[in-house]
Amino acid sequence: MKKGFSVFLTVVLLSGAAFLFESCGKGQPSASPNSEVGLVFDVGGRGDKSFNDAAYQGLQMAKDSLGIKYQYIEPGGGSDRESALRQLANQKSIGLIFGVGFIFTDDITNVAKDFPDKKFACIDYSYDPSKPLPPNLIAIEFREEEGSFLVGAIAGLMTKTNTVGFIGGMESPLIRKFQAGYEAGVKYVNPKAKILVAYAGVTGEAFKNPAKGKELALSQYSQGADIIYHAAGVTGLGVFEAAREMKKYAIGVDLDQWNEAPGYVLTSMVKKGNVAVYDIIKQWKENKFKGGTAEVFGLKDNGVDFVYDKNNQPLIPESVYQKVEALRLQIINGQIKVPTQ
Amino acid sequence: MISQIFSLAFLAQTIRITVPYALASLGGVYSERGGVTNIALEGIILNGAFSATVGTYYTGNPLIGVLCGIAGGLLTALIHAVVSINIKADQIISGIAINLFAVGITKFVLEILFHSSSNSDRIPGLPHIKLGFIEQSPDIARLFGNPLVLFTILIIVASQFIIFKTRFGLRLRAVGENPEAADTVGISVTLYRYYGVLISGALAGLAGTWLAFDQHSFTDGMSAGRGYIALAAMIVGKWNPLGAAAACLLFGFAESLQIQLQGAGLPTQFIQMIPYVVTIIVLAGFIGKAVAPAADGVPYEKEK
Repeated sequence: MKKGFSVFLTVVLLSGAAFLFESCGKGQPSASPNSEVGLVFDVGGRGDKSFNDAAYQGLQMAKDSLGIKYQYIEPGGGSDRESALRQLANQKSIGLIFGVGFIFTDDITNVAKDFPDKKFACIDYSYDPSKPLPPNLIAIEFREEEGSFLVGAIAGLMTKTNTVGFIGGMESPLIRKFQAGYEAGVKYVNPKAKILVAYAGVTGEAFKNPAKGKELALSQYSQGADIIYHAAGVTGLGVFEAAREMKKYAIGVDLDQWNEAPGYVLTSMVKKGNVAVYDIIKQWKENKFKGGTAEVFGLKDNGVDFVYDKNNQPLIPESVYQKVEALRLQIINGQIKVPTQ
Repeated sequence: MISQIFSLAFLAQTIRITVPYALASLGGVYSERGGVTNIALEGIILNGAFSATVGTYYTGNPLIGVLCGIAGGLLTALIHAVVSINIKADQIISGIAINLFAVGITKFVLEILFHSSSNSDRIPGLPHIKLGFIEQSPDIARLFGNPLVLFTILIIVASQFIIFKTRFGLRLRAVGENPEAADTVGISVTLYRYYGVLISGALAGLAGTWLAFDQHSFTDGMSAGRGYIALAAMIVGKWNPLGAAAACLLFGFAESLQIQLQGAGLPTQFIQMIPYVVTIIVLAGFIGKAVAPAADGVPYEKEK
């Protein structure tokens, strides 16, 4: 009877493997060499309403206005990122390959060294200036702290209880950038404000636990916070749930998260992965690809921003908006230095 | 600060965190008392949450959603039952396979139904029961107005009775302790093991249902390790319904304490350790030896 089980297990594992590469080879059969773009998504894949979707938008923009063709792979969890990168790099037609997410940092560095005639770009690459990048790899970084500073300023100006909250996912240098910028923004406009800080955990699971996010947020709201900013991935969806329940405000992250709790989302700090992907493709197409460097997208480059549109304009007074716009200019021309830790 | 931490809101939060642990842990007790190790709880919770969400979304009726959540848990547990009891395969491997399978299948169907790999559309929550006598405290009223909280308390107490004071419970324990003896006196080992695993499926499915209604949607991987914590609580509670529930309450308390203390200015890394430190202290210091049912995890081979 053990045999029956091994058949069962094989079927399960095979269907798992089928998921991993379900979208291999989507796109057109190859044209001229090095003319297409390949992209490997982070865990979560397309439809995550966050960073992967932003990267995908960038691909679409490049397709529409630059006429490039693209292929992508959505890997599952675990170690298949590197093989996904290699699979794309091995195709003659593909000349530029993206990895989406800091988790690709080591994999894409190795693959870039093995394929010197292809170009690579990695979004959120955790760049270490002491380790030189291969000349065919661009590290794309965002100044999350700058965008977080501006939403922090909004929170600091709008809090009625003089208490605001921050909820992070996995405690890590990347997420602390959001926290540092936010705290600096709050304090800059409202030095007396109290800032409650909580993290959902210290592992990757901490980005996937909305029930925990909700409890963290409920706790901060009951301690007097009336606005909470989250940088916690799916865990942050629990923050919006708490905002609905307590009828308080939350601030979204990465993309405009208004739809998660309409009326309770004060604004969102948006990271424009789409702009970054599009810009890099454009540079590559025009033969201006500058490998071996870190390309940083901040307020100046329109790589980070906050949402102010017809949905949330009724929530944010004009005077607050004007003050925050003034801060934006001060950051862009260097009068305000936003801390990252 | 102390009074702020140990408030009614804190109590309510502790119980909210405990409910899914307790339901799944209780499920584990039924399954393992009958002799089937069930680390598939994690996957059952996830499938339960997903079924409850889909059921509620398409009917608009949370009560049908609850039934779907239970059904999703039952179906997942059925796989584990067939593989463990009929095929007599390794129960740990079957559990791991089911947990991996649950992650994949929920995400796959999520994309088909909701065109998103991260979360479903919003669903309505469970209707709240009005309890007149505690309306003055909104935290407590909201908590005990939730039918699943009331059900959880009832089922914990009832399970203690069922497992130790009824004929069904005696037979379930018999097939988990000494299946040969049970078989000799005419108790169907297969049947009672099915009962154990299926009840655990229904309860863990309900734990998932709680998560889905708490969040008003399904999100990818939302069980977030709760099945494993529930399993640990079951062992700490020595395979007793009341013991397991008490262990879950302790874990819920530690987690809630951790959440409250994060605002108190202590280093967050230190505070993150609290639940785990509590677990180790309790395991090492207060519980003593935890002995599993003798035939737990051992497939029963009928002698010819």
